[in-house]
Amino acid sequence: MSIYNPPAGWFKAPTGAERLWVGLALTWCIIMSLAMPYWHFYGKQNSTGESYRVSVADYGARVQQFVESNTVGTEQGVPIVEIAPGGDGYLLARMWAFYPIIKLKKGQTYRLHISSLDLQHGFSLQPLNMNFQVLPGYDHVLTITPTSSGIFSIICNEFCGIGHHSMTGRIIVED
Amino acid sequence: MASAVDSLPIVGNHPQAEVRSCDTTSLPVCLTAQQFIRWHAVVAVVFLLIGGIGALLLALTRWPAVHLLDAEWYYRILTLHGLNMLIFWILSFEIAVLYFAGTVLLNTRLASKWAAYVCFGMMLVGSVMVDITIMGGKADVLMTSYVPLMATPWFYLGIIILAVGALIGVFNFLATIYIAKRDHTYEGSVPLVVFGATAAAIIAVGTLLHGAVVMIPTWLWSMGVISEIDPSWYRITWWGLGHMSQQVNVCAMVSIWYLLGTLTVGAKPLNQAVCRGAFVLYILFINLASAHHLLVDPGVGAGWKIWNTSYAMYLAVLASMIHGFTVPASIEVAMRGKGFTRGMFGWLAAAPWSNPGFSGFFLSLIIFGFGGGITGVVLGTQQINIMAHNTLRIPGHFHVTVVGGTTLAFMALTYYVVPLIFQRDFYAKTLCRLQPYVFGGGITLMAVGMSFAGSYGVPRRHWDIEFTGGQFAVGFDAGAHAMLGIMGVGAVIAVIGLLMYVLLVVAAVFFGPRIAGQAMPPWHEEPARPADAVTDQSEEHKTPGTLVLAIVFLAAFAVYYFANWMWLADVWEVR
Repeated sequence: MSIYNPPAGWFKAPTGAERLWVGLALTWCIIMSLAMPYWHFYGKQNSTGESYRVSVADYGARVQQFVESNTVGTEQGVPIVEIAPGGDGYLLARMWAFYPIIKLKKGQTYRLHISSLDLQHGFSLQPLNMNFQVLPGYDHVLTITPTSSGIFSIICNEFCGIGHHSMTGRIIVED
Repeated sequence: MASAVDSLPIVGNHPQAEVRSCDTTSLPVCLTAQQFIRWHAVVAVVFLLIGGIGALLLALTRWPAVHLLDAEWYYRILTLHGLNMLIFWILSFEIAVLYFAGTVLLNTRLASKWAAYVCFGMMLVGSVMVDITIMGGKADVLMTSYVPLMATPWFYLGIIILAVGALIGVFNFLATIYIAKRDHTYEGSVPLVVFGATAAAIIAVGTLLHGAVVMIPTWLWSMGVISEIDPSWYRITWWGLGHMSQQVNVCAMVSIWYLLGTLTVGAKPLNQAVCRGAFVLYILFINLASAHHLLVDPGVGAGWKIWNTSYAMYLAVLASMIHGFTVPASIEVAMRGKGFTRGMFGWLAAAPWSNPGFSGFFLSLIIFGFGGGITGVVLGTQQINIMAHNTLRIPGHFHVTVVGGTTLAFMALTYYVVPLIFQRDFYAKTLCRLQPYVFGGGITLMAVGMSFAGSYGVPRRHWDIEFTGGQFAVGFDAGAHAMLGIMGVGAVIAVIGLLMYVLLVVAAVFFGPRIAGQAMPPWHEEPARPADAVTDQSEEHKTPGTLVLAIVFLAAFAVYYFANWMWLADVWEVR
């Protein structure tokens, strides 16, 4: 009985079905543990957490420079900025918008930098449902390769104040 | 039950007139501990009610067809709900559980009455301070209060006071175990329930220290003493509090499963070394699980993420999988011992499902394992987390661990705490018998709705998924809206179950018939031994039914796990 002191000699190895279950459960845990390093080396979707310390002012300047040199159009007053294949692009999260609109080509690989000017934000790419954390002071680099084309939405999924629900952005991927 | 009592040593260390013998179990009840168990339990239920009202308002806001609150009040009530449920209700109940396990089961007095007063007072003051700042609109920062979001200093101070108060209660429990050992109030090893409670207490010390380490600088920062708190450091340290505290809950919940198994059907663990070993795995390996809130964060690398999720976390998963077997196995052995040997599941069918102590505990076990356990491991897989982080999949997971699991187990235990500790009987016993099913069913439905809405990408902690006022039009699939409707219906049912619980408990505690001096009225009649019962004469306990259930569980686990890897392979490539 679990509420009374156990009889002497309780320390013994499991037997029967219990022993079998402990073995099965341990095996399953080991399989799951190995799956992650396996996917890190052989899988195509990983969060490596590549990031650099950056001041809010410096990051804002980088975004501005990126927008000035690479803008290809505007939509609803927001610049559409194209990243050169293999190149670096800078996305800004702030209360309560993502800036600018990013334009990519399907099948090309890009280094997409994300950081925040103010609070913590969430980069949530829909309808793919890919999610990454955005912190002020950290330049978070996602090395991404779009495998589908179309217009994708970015929504913020980290609480960032009263206007949080209206914080959106856009990524356009062309074939 | 009564037979084993005879073997208890009867030399407690209680001062004269500060102990009574339980009229039902004959266990020695320290009257000081009893008083504080009552106080903490009552306060816990008040916080549960506050959190429950909040839950209803939140569900009716996130149900798009209703969308009740405005944005400001949605986030305010969300902050209130999280802290009252996850911290105040659960922590208060856990202190009561620690005082019970430390004193009654070890035949000892509570180590310090004054420490218990200080603990109770600080926890109450801290919690009330936090609630006042939230309702006053001074702390719309959600439970996690991620910097640089800033609340009033009183908010952080309230949490610090609460945490220090709770820490004093935990140390009082550990001191109680020490004096029991010193005074030889028991023989041999401590009972399994005390062992589990001790594991919970040890993890709680780590948890509360993390709380102090993160909250004290943040408090100073909110007063302008410190100029900046690094957001990445804050997240790592805060989750040392936030996630470890959930492991305290798991430990407490599993201990209660064992306790209720014994109280309801007289179950005893098959192999105590296995059960205790599993608790030790929790202590050693659970703390690092805080990593799985940071799996898509900058500031920490892939090696750190994978190491802290897999090697360490899965040994804690192993522990839960072991308890998930040994608990039902002990029920199976007890029921087969009573003659319910027919077929694979005759023992389960004959279990006392009309006893809310049993049904609540067994539903808690099933909901925690199949719902919370499987989703927790899958969402906490480093790469799969890309598809889950900060979506409704996350609250979909933890509402079936901490609510369908822990809270339901606490509710089930209450059906014994009220008659045994408050010495009062329940009214409306039919409602009592229904309550665990209503609550468990509602919360499961709600979590299913949340999880699937999250799979569509619906974010958690989000007032309006129409993104009104946003610079671009964004919307979700009709399926996501349907899932949020299911979530809303489930939540309403769960809140009805919660209100039933609160009303039944309040009616019993304050107005129930006094039953001091008599054994508690049993929740179920002991069923007659079947005529065709055959007693198994072999030494080894057979648990074929539990093994089948466990293998069904493992199969469900594997299907969900590999399905998620397949879904992950379909999204954009990212490193």
